[in-house]
Amino acid sequence: MKVKQISVFLENTTGRLAEVTKVLGTGNINLRAISIADTADFGILRLIVDTPAKTMKLLKEAGFTAKITEVIGVIVNDKPGGLMKVMDIFNAEGVNIEYLYSSLINEGGDAVVIFRVEDIDHGLKIVEQAGLKAISAF
Amino acid sequence: MIWNKKIETMNREEMKRLQLEKLQDLVQYVYEKVPFYKEKFDAAGVKPSDIKTLSDIAKLPFTTKDEMRETYPYGLLACKPEELREIHTSSGTTGTPVVAGYTENDRTLWKEVMGRCLAMAGGSKDDVVQNAYGYGMFTGGLGVHYGAEAIGATVLPVSSGNTKRQLTFMRDFKSTILTCTPSYSLFMAEVAGEMGMDFKTFDLKAGIFGAEPWSDNMRVEIEHKLNIKAYDIYGLTEIIGPGVSCECEAQNGLHINEDYFYPEIINPETGEVLPEGEKGELVFTTLSREGTPIIRYRTRDITWLFHDSCSCGRTTVKMHRLLGRNDDMMILRGVNIFPSQIENVLMQIEGTEPHYQIIIDRSKTHLDHVELQVEVEGRLFSDETKNLEKIRDIIHNEMKQALGISLDIKLVEPKSIERSMGKAKRVIDKRDTEKEK
Repeated sequence: MKVKQISVFLENTTGRLAEVTKVLGTGNINLRAISIADTADFGILRLIVDTPAKTMKLLKEAGFTAKITEVIGVIVNDKPGGLMKVMDIFNAEGVNIEYLYSSLINEGGDAVVIFRVEDIDHGLKIVEQAGLKAISAF
Repeated sequence: MIWNKKIETMNREEMKRLQLEKLQDLVQYVYEKVPFYKEKFDAAGVKPSDIKTLSDIAKLPFTTKDEMRETYPYGLLACKPEELREIHTSSGTTGTPVVAGYTENDRTLWKEVMGRCLAMAGGSKDDVVQNAYGYGMFTGGLGVHYGAEAIGATVLPVSSGNTKRQLTFMRDFKSTILTCTPSYSLFMAEVAGEMGMDFKTFDLKAGIFGAEPWSDNMRVEIEHKLNIKAYDIYGLTEIIGPGVSCECEAQNGLHINEDYFYPEIINPETGEVLPEGEKGELVFTTLSREGTPIIRYRTRDITWLFHDSCSCGRTTVKMHRLLGRNDDMMILRGVNIFPSQIENVLMQIEGTEPHYQIIIDRSKTHLDHVELQVEVEGRLFSDETKNLEKIRDIIHNEMKQALGISLDIKLVEPKSIERSMGKAKRVIDKRDTEKEK
């Protein structure tokens, strides 16, 4: 299954990230994964939360530019070579990975890594055909 | 040296007689030759015979920049197209430019007034004029060039850019007068420093700077860094190009070549002519132009006019250094830009909204540094940095294409751009305030 990720546009100014976490905290939103991509001028904060629709509403009300994108949360064996195995599968199929980051969750001893590929449906199919599991929601 | 002693030191009564004579001829000429003016005069109920004194000029309707654009290309032409020897257009505008057509006599006139200006700044046949204004459709390059020819100086038609080469030529050809935008002169000073060159060892004695707003503090800086005297020159394509007015050695106001360009100051709200010394919008009438004569052109520039007994001996009326504009036109690196042009470009780019702000300063390089902040709204936003960077590059390239200058594009969060009084403040110009500190 696909997972809903929320991206938030951030200017590189002091305190902007803190304002996002304040919105999430006071809104009682639980963070399941977080990463930030930054350039010289701006950053993109990427979040996986327990309640995406509510989070979007709160962020928009607070004046942030945010959008929902679908990503794949692959359950990866938490051992050396675990991620390599997933990468090999994608590589063999010629899937280009736009970005990836790890989540804060632990699925019965396994890690969950968030993948953003160009064609989500295709990526998901490859993962499942290889016998790996993708989580549906947190 | 006073280039045209007869005209430039003429007494007031004689000057007024000359101006009236020319004005009467001009009004008759445009009434007969340009349907645009005939229609406007008729609508205003004024006939050429109504111009009996100089103050009767107030009966004539104004001409605006928009009208000049609407009549593109030859709607304001008073001569036959084949009588034109040269055509220029206004700088840096999208869509329809303003056209200036010059007959042989107009070019002679241009040489004369630019020659006077160079002489005001101390120029003579012994000088080497390094002309770093852009050559082309922009009037700056060729206008100054003609003036240098008129006074018999040596011209270095180096045009703008390639600063290291400029400096090498300045040293090797022993340039004595530099003509360019004031900000470019400071940029040259900086590059000279990097090259280990010292202006004190150069022959340069004067700079004639225009096409851009500058302050007295900037003059002090230029004079210090380039070891020269810096003179302010004023001109605009609609009227002739450079040569409308220039500072003399007194550096206190710009002497207007008023036998050719009749100045008025009006209340920009009511159009009423204001008495000498009062601040308002500058209006010019070209008393002798044949190609594209202009009646009461509203420059949108704010200044005032005055007479003093100038130490240089000239008696022509002076205008104070420009105090600003009463429209939203920006002059960036010598190029005229309206915020509406930026808005038009943004509207044409998929996904962008016309929410933007322009920050102008001169702090980093002395050249105008322009940052265009564009708000990132939902449609524009992507979870991938490369997509946002691509959009930023598209905006940059489209702006460069449309405006002719490079802007720094910065993507910002929505509504982070300050809205003032319900209306967005589009332009923050830090150039002058910074200099005043």
